Amino acid sequence: MLSSTRPTRRTAARTLQATAGVAAIALALTACGGSGDAAEGESGDDSPITLKVATFNNFGYTEEVLAEYTEEHPNVKVEHVTAATSDDARANLTTKLAAGGEGLADIEAIEVDWLPELMQYPDLFTDLADPELDGRWVDWKVEQATTLEGKVIGYGTDIGPEAICYRSDLFEEAGLPTDREEVAELLGGEDATWEDYFAAGRDFVKESDAAWYDSVGGTFQGMVNQLPEAFEDAETGEPKPLADNTEVKDIYDEITASVEDGLSAGLVQWEGDWDAGFQNDAFATMICPAWMTGPVEERAGGVEGWDVANVFPGGGGNWGGSFLTVPASGENAEAAKELAAWLTAPEQQSRFFESAGTFPSQLEAQDSEAVQAATNPFFNDAPVGEIFATRAQTIEGAPFKGAHYFGIRDEVTNALNRVDVTKSQDADEAWDEAVQKASALG
Amino acid sequence: MAVLTPQRSAPDSGAPQRESRRIGFSQRLGRWDVKLSPYLYISPFFILFAVTGLFPLGYTAFVSVHEWSLLGGQGDFVGLENFTFVLAQPTFWKALVNTLSIFVFSSVPQVVIAITIAALLDQNLRAATFWRMGVLIPYVVAPVAVSMIFGRLFADQYGLINAMLNTIGLDSIAWHGDRIASHVAIATMVNYRWMGYNALIFLAAMQAVPRDLYEAAVIDGAGRVRQFFSITVPQIRSTIIFVVITSTIGGLQIFDEVRLFDSIGLGGPDQNWMTTVVYMYDLAWGDQHSLGRASAVAWMLFILIVVIGLVNFLVTQRISSNAAVKKPKRKSTTGGNA
Repeated sequence: MLSSTRPTRRTAARTLQATAGVAAIALALTACGGSGDAAEGESGDDSPITLKVATFNNFGYTEEVLAEYTEEHPNVKVEHVTAATSDDARANLTTKLAAGGEGLADIEAIEVDWLPELMQYPDLFTDLADPELDGRWVDWKVEQATTLEGKVIGYGTDIGPEAICYRSDLFEEAGLPTDREEVAELLGGEDATWEDYFAAGRDFVKESDAAWYDSVGGTFQGMVNQLPEAFEDAETGEPKPLADNTEVKDIYDEITASVEDGLSAGLVQWEGDWDAGFQNDAFATMICPAWMTGPVEERAGGVEGWDVANVFPGGGGNWGGSFLTVPASGENAEAAKELAAWLTAPEQQSRFFESAGTFPSQLEAQDSEAVQAATNPFFNDAPVGEIFATRAQTIEGAPFKGAHYFGIRDEVTNALNRVDVTKSQDADEAWDEAVQKASALG
Repeated sequence: MAVLTPQRSAPDSGAPQRESRRIGFSQRLGRWDVKLSPYLYISPFFILFAVTGLFPLGYTAFVSVHEWSLLGGQGDFVGLENFTFVLAQPTFWKALVNTLSIFVFSSVPQVVIAITIAALLDQNLRAATFWRMGVLIPYVVAPVAVSMIFGRLFADQYGLINAMLNTIGLDSIAWHGDRIASHVAIATMVNYRWMGYNALIFLAAMQAVPRDLYEAAVIDGAGRVRQFFSITVPQIRSTIIFVVITSTIGGLQIFDEVRLFDSIGLGGPDQNWMTTVVYMYDLAWGDQHSLGRASAVAWMLFILIVVIGLVNFLVTQRISSNAAVKKPKRKSTTGGNA
């Protein structure tokens, strides 16, 4: 506002009016970044542009929110396209990037899991670094999307702080406490370990027909996400030989032992059987990143008893979360950058948490009233905002995930599934095959 | 004249020659017109084919001898390294065996059942069009939708088929755990989709079979089954060859059904139902991002299809040569009529 060359009363008044809106800070930000954009903004006024935003699943980007942006920037029309799954979005993005960027949206949402492969080619993306936005996000979220040279390829949207979701009704039948604070204590409280978690499970399955957790894949994901350098050396980016990787082997052994004791429901996440398992009381707990509450509710409709315990074994953990990127091939990169900054502003993100359950990566949004006071009626009115905000604070940083991460992780997950789901191999055979296959990647 | 002629012929020598050349050219044009224009008229297809078929084929070969990352693009020339890498992978061979197994489970019953359905539809039925359109409905249903529905049927723990097996006292089948069971499940989806389509092709061929042949057979006392094997099958031989070859090509390229058989779409934790095409996809778009290796697989798959196509052709040719005795007879009679 101050940078405006001719601050007349009228414009000042108009600006004031607009600032009074919900998106006060966002507007101030865009106006502050203004002086440079002023010339461009004016030429932009003459030439209306359409910005395309491509996301997947549910980011909470409703028509109303996007229309608000158009109200503030009359020359910008925002078009939103959604892919059904992140895999579809990933295939679309990588294919089009490979083809030179033709047909990409101005803003492409990406999941943290694709970052390692995209970070190898930072030139494909516009540098979004902006000193104005310092301190907007939790540090590790920004680090994830920052290259060694300091280029920022994406603005953080949400993160996935993990808690434990559980079925209080099944707990009751098995004679375990049902209250979410008592359950948190049962699982180990503040310094819960995976041993506590599996021990509680062994007690549970003795008294119940249901299994303790849903899938080895999800459990492994939760555990391995806590290793700072799971499969690769953070310094060199070189893969560690899986055969000598004792940290991962320990996790593997812990999980396969729990499979032996009947703790696993033998399901694979996102599969038809997993969906049906929710309706058939197949399992009593699962690892619950903030965004998982949505999918659980979708599948467990009509099942009463789901709740969230404010506890997570082995310290804090993050699972998933996304970023908004601006592909370098776009024509309106500057305008797209501005929109991406607006969409990831704390005000917007706390609204998206309410509408879509995506937990904000922005510090200010995490502390906001809207997030802190949020409850989830499906999970027995659990104060999910508060729970996940506490969980988020226990996350120490992001684990190192390089170009080899997913290839190796998938081999170990496959090995676990061979033991638990298809039961085609015993734990040792499956591990040996994983070691062999991981060494063949490359 | 004797003096003049050479004189005149000298400067004019060009003229008659040129004239004759002109005539020759127009004649040649005319000849070209007759000989070349048919090719010119059908050339759009071949030009399109060259652009959309031949060029990618050649380019794939080019990519397959390079290190080529999906995002990074062309790398170093590596010769046949991609081929040797892929051939050394147990996953490749497993995928190949899966492909052949799923192909056998799908193509064979598919052709047999399609021909049976066609024979039934060829009878005098009430509301024939209704039934004929009915068999085509599965073909219209999107493969993704088919996979979703069959995914629920073939679920391991809470699937419809296993629930039915349990109610009649049989054990559940591990559709995603047992290798052969998973192949049968995938082949079922493929068959469901293509059976009606092939049946209609067979039906069209059957309707072109002269009815007097059947009348003659009835007079000779041939039953329905005998008519089917002695008249229908030999008469639609060329259509059978066509269907066998197209379903072979399709059967070796099964992709959608495999991708959607579980949530990850890479043939399960054991790669028990990963096909070669899915393996190729995984190499390029999966964790390896190697278009070079994927292109190597594409070429090997191409060669495999050509080989199997040839075997197919020879086998079906052999079948048809059983009827070779009839063939010249027919030709001679038509020749006689003409």
